[in-house]
Amino acid sequence: MPHDPLLGRITWDSIPMAHEPIVLWTFIAVVLGGLVVFAALTKFKLWGPLWRDWICSIDHKKIGIMYIILGIVMLLRGFADAVMMRLQQAMAFGDNLGYLPPHHYDQIFTAHGVIMIFFVAMPLVTGFMNYLIPLQIGARDVSFPFLNNFSFWMTATGAILVMVSLFLGEFSTSGWLALSNLGNQNPGVGLDYYIWALQLSGVGTTLSGINLIVTIIKMRAPGMNLMKMPVFVWTSLCTNALIVASFPILTAALVLMSMDRYFGTNFFTNELGGNPMLYVNLIWIWGHPEVYILILPCFGIFSEIVATFSKKRLFGYTSMVYATVCITVLSWLVWLHHFFTMGSGAAVNTFFGITTMIISIPTGAKIFNWLFTMYKGRIEFKPPMLWTVGFMCTFAIGGMTGVLLAVPPADFVLHNSLFLIAHFHNVIIGGVVFGLLAGINFWFPKAFGYKLNEFWGKVSFWCWLVGFWIAFTPLYILGLMGVTRRLNHFEDQSLQIWFVIAAVGVAIIACGIGAFLLQLVVSFIQRKQNRDENGDTWGSGRTLEWATSSPPPVYNFAKTPVVHDVDAWWDMKKHGYQRPLSGFEDLHMPKNTGAGFIISMIGLVLGFALIWHIWWLAIVSFAGLILATIIHTFNYNRDYYIPATEVQATEDARTQQLARHV
Amino acid sequence: MPTSTENRGPAWLAAAALLATLTGCSKAVVLNPAGDVAAQSGDLVVTATLLMLIIIVPVILLTLLFAWKYRQSNTEAEYDPEWHHSTALELVIWSVPLIIIIALGALTWISTHKLDPYRPLDRISETKPLPADVKPLEVQVVALDWKWLFMYPEQGIASVNEVAVPVDRPVRFKLTASSTMSAFYAPDFAGMIYAMPGMQTELNGVINKEGVFKGLNSHYSGAGFSGMSFKLHGLSNEGFDAWVQKAKDANNALNRDKYLELVKPSERHPVTLFSSVQEGLYDRVLNMCVEEGKMCMHHMMAIDAAGGAAYMKKAGLNLPQDVCSVENADQVVALLDQRAEAQQ
Amino acid sequence: MSNHTISAVGPREYHLAHEPHPENGTSLGFWLYLMSDCLIFAALFATYGVLGRSYAGGATGAELFSLPLVALNTAFLLVSSLTFGFALIQKQKGNLAGTQLWLFITGILGLCFLGVELYEFAHLMHEGLTPQSSAFGSAFFTLVGTHGLHVTFGLIWLVVLMLQLGKHGITPENNRRLMCLSMFWHFLDVVWIGVFTFVYLMGVL
Repeated sequence: MPHDPLLGRITWDSIPMAHEPIVLWTFIAVVLGGLVVFAALTKFKLWGPLWRDWICSIDHKKIGIMYIILGIVMLLRGFADAVMMRLQQAMAFGDNLGYLPPHHYDQIFTAHGVIMIFFVAMPLVTGFMNYLIPLQIGARDVSFPFLNNFSFWMTATGAILVMVSLFLGEFSTSGWLALSNLGNQNPGVGLDYYIWALQLSGVGTTLSGINLIVTIIKMRAPGMNLMKMPVFVWTSLCTNALIVASFPILTAALVLMSMDRYFGTNFFTNELGGNPMLYVNLIWIWGHPEVYILILPCFGIFSEIVATFSKKRLFGYTSMVYATVCITVLSWLVWLHHFFTMGSGAAVNTFFGITTMIISIPTGAKIFNWLFTMYKGRIEFKPPMLWTVGFMCTFAIGGMTGVLLAVPPADFVLHNSLFLIAHFHNVIIGGVVFGLLAGINFWFPKAFGYKLNEFWGKVSFWCWLVGFWIAFTPLYILGLMGVTRRLNHFEDQSLQIWFVIAAVGVAIIACGIGAFLLQLVVSFIQRKQNRDENGDTWGSGRTLEWATSSPPPVYNFAKTPVVHDVDAWWDMKKHGYQRPLSGFEDLHMPKNTGAGFIISMIGLVLGFALIWHIWWLAIVSFAGLILATIIHTFNYNRDYYIPATEVQATEDARTQQLARHV
Repeated sequence: MPTSTENRGPAWLAAAALLATLTGCSKAVVLNPAGDVAAQSGDLVVTATLLMLIIIVPVILLTLLFAWKYRQSNTEAEYDPEWHHSTALELVIWSVPLIIIIALGALTWISTHKLDPYRPLDRISETKPLPADVKPLEVQVVALDWKWLFMYPEQGIASVNEVAVPVDRPVRFKLTASSTMSAFYAPDFAGMIYAMPGMQTELNGVINKEGVFKGLNSHYSGAGFSGMSFKLHGLSNEGFDAWVQKAKDANNALNRDKYLELVKPSERHPVTLFSSVQEGLYDRVLNMCVEEGKMCMHHMMAIDAAGGAAYMKKAGLNLPQDVCSVENADQVVALLDQRAEAQQ
Repeated sequence: MSNHTISAVGPREYHLAHEPHPENGTSLGFWLYLMSDCLIFAALFATYGVLGRSYAGGATGAELFSLPLVALNTAFLLVSSLTFGFALIQKQKGNLAGTQLWLFITGILGLCFLGVELYEFAHLMHEGLTPQSSAFGSAFFTLVGTHGLHVTFGLIWLVVLMLQLGKHGITPENNRRLMCLSMFWHFLDVVWIGVFTFVYLMGVL
């Protein structure tokens, strides 16, 4: 590639929209949409509040909301990729090569995987943990509020890089784990976008993991010992432990690959002693814990929902905790099941096959525990509960196909096939996506102060459930017919019907997403009629977040609660708890700051410079990164106190609100 | 508030029904392949699924049942808000899946050893035992960008994107690749196995029926991946001999130069037959030294094991490349070959 | 911890008389960060374990490593940990000047470590062992180089902290920062012990 000292390897050819209509129209849509947003922000004079109250915010609630917004925005692109893939695969048979040239198609399936895992599921899960953990443990914020803000912006820079790759240069074509680059490094910018997007957001994720572990260990309310924590907090603790232990491996693996690319080292080359199998092992040692990072918080969400809507205490709290810890530990012992077919020999394959199967035991125990929470309950089928029942049925089958794939000789005939694709979408959509949508429906009123429209919520659920099964059952069948993944063209015309059915399923899911977006819009329009005046939105809330107003005040709790039992809020209600009306003290709170955003944006410039080989910019931004960090450490003025009078005023306002709406 | 359980029922029911129908359906090649090894893997898929349905079916049924029975509007159902623990139930919840996993684990142990791709066959099919004097047909496979090269050391021929095997004779594939990982997969023959540059994997299997079967790459390896399919021909002994003869008549020698041409990326390469293969070509491909003047990997590894550059200096050679250009290269190579064999 | 004042509250009282102050989590948080860093090194050690004997027919550690030089390097680093300890003792006594002096000496020793390491790298590359020449070279320079990079960042942090101590004195905040840097510095020591054992000693002996 040509190299210019000023612009690195950027040339006019780097702009794909110049010769690709799909990208061109996407660009036009993005620019128009961006202009509308820009105009709205200017008209309603929102730039100031945007900067002060959101970008600079170290409030865990705001940061949690920003993570979730990021996840939803990226879901739209990741889903668009899915639609494009389904369309191509429904068309491209025999002489018809479809509408996507291989190079484009390969970027789309890569981007689909990378975006969905790293920039949809991870931010959404992190957003929930951020929002809920301090509230559920009776704290005012996380242990390291500045780091929390910085973590969010680092995640956002990764997402920004992936979005930029659409309009400048190209994205990676080698799958979401970059396996096809081993031994054959593609010199294009695509893989570099991938590497730096992941490295930058990985910093954010790791720091967030550390932050939340310390928060859970150090900031629980008096009386809340570990076995009195909400189950969501337990699953979050385990998730964050997995994050802190596994993301460094991903970092190392990507650093080694970067060194092969930038410095010509021989880690994963075929010659001079390199070993691509090393990369496969390292990446999957990270990769398997990663999927548990995604699912465990969702298990926690379902635990909270099923108890709340069955109006019954969660069955088997202790065994839920032990099951979660078992899963956490076991997730380190299974990684080779992702490449049984690499030829490691019967002994090694058997070991990893059996450990993989063993994980299904604690997972099954959890499903049974949810089941027996429903037993002898009084179940209210609000949207969150619908999602939960849908999850229990769907995830069970997905888990079953997983245990099936854990038998090495069975995997020998199904590895990398559409059966595998169906399996992991089964557990990720049935488990993670359903959990996140359930969680949004469940906690949205708490976060924003008004309930979501139930009708559109139910429409969204049914479309997702039915759409999912119609989209992925054909893939199970195709896998049993020996069809492999990542193909952009097929010779056998008789397979086409299955791909068409799958495309119909995706269209139904699209309706589900549309209904969800409509739900948000309609609910916003009707927000005044659906205010949550009480704080205990569903009436049967069991954990501490339901003790606060909706939305909670910036300090969460005027007086730190003392906990006596599991389901602390339920316990308080049972014993006739009265809100304190006076005797408030000055509250110690952390200060907003723009440093996290600024440092992250310098990081973004650094990533961009490294991708395009603009060496002068890389050096300058790297130096800037260090300088900005050092300058930030000279800021010793990080906190302030909310005066007791202000707390009194806020609480008085709430007292009046509660009195008006008994 | 309707629970609307009706729509959710068929989901798993449909799955089970499909599984049942597919077992008989010939299109589901994984469940109904033409080769014994593949058939055993397919049987495992069915067995494992049935074992797990023992848990999954009751779970889904109970979920729907409880959702229906304990819905809020059903005030006749018992409501016990404080019931949250039962040791007996916990015991069942943990031990029943454990028992099933133990059974599945035993099945895994046995089948993983039995169906290890490297393990020579011990039977031709369920009904045909292995003849005492049979010698497996050895086929060397090279995964290229984006085509498959097959070499037959016994017959001295080669082919691109087409491989023929006699029915009911064990076949031993030895696989490597030229640049990036691929996975060799002929669903009728056996499970898949990776083919990796500089490394050799092995796959043992057999075809029990005559026919033309599909073969593909099941590990994405670049832009031409979608076109990287091949045909596996199951032929009678006469048919196989005829095919070999057809190759011999092709008057097309596969030497180093032709191979280097093949290495260049191309898609949907037409089926090509070669009448002869240069001596030692596969070993050169495996050791990544097809090009003139390039050091072979097994020599490099032997040098490394002996002490690297210091060993070379002691032998009077300064550079690794000297091995290929110095006058006594043959002697040095023989010495290194000895070392490499000793290592194996 | 969360339990300490529970006895002061009646069985169903849900608030304390005064707002409790949660324990500071900086040490735990930094320790967790160090463990994540340790895992990065673990991955690099594993890589060295896998690739460390793949010389591509070229230079090996046995012929090129100079153990006396490595011993000198090790001495610089280990003594610098000792001097950091002296700095902390001075900090305990509230002696700012003493703290700064020993921090300064620690920094000098750290710089000596880096200097010797850079000299060694230059010598190795001159002799034909480069990050590009073989997988062994790649693994060696990355593992040892990553450690050296950490020492470099530690030194930058040391200078910044000395400036902040000069500006604000020995405050609780600076105290926390010194403890973190101390953990970091000793951690690099431990990693170095792994490096010289696994890479140098086992490479040569």
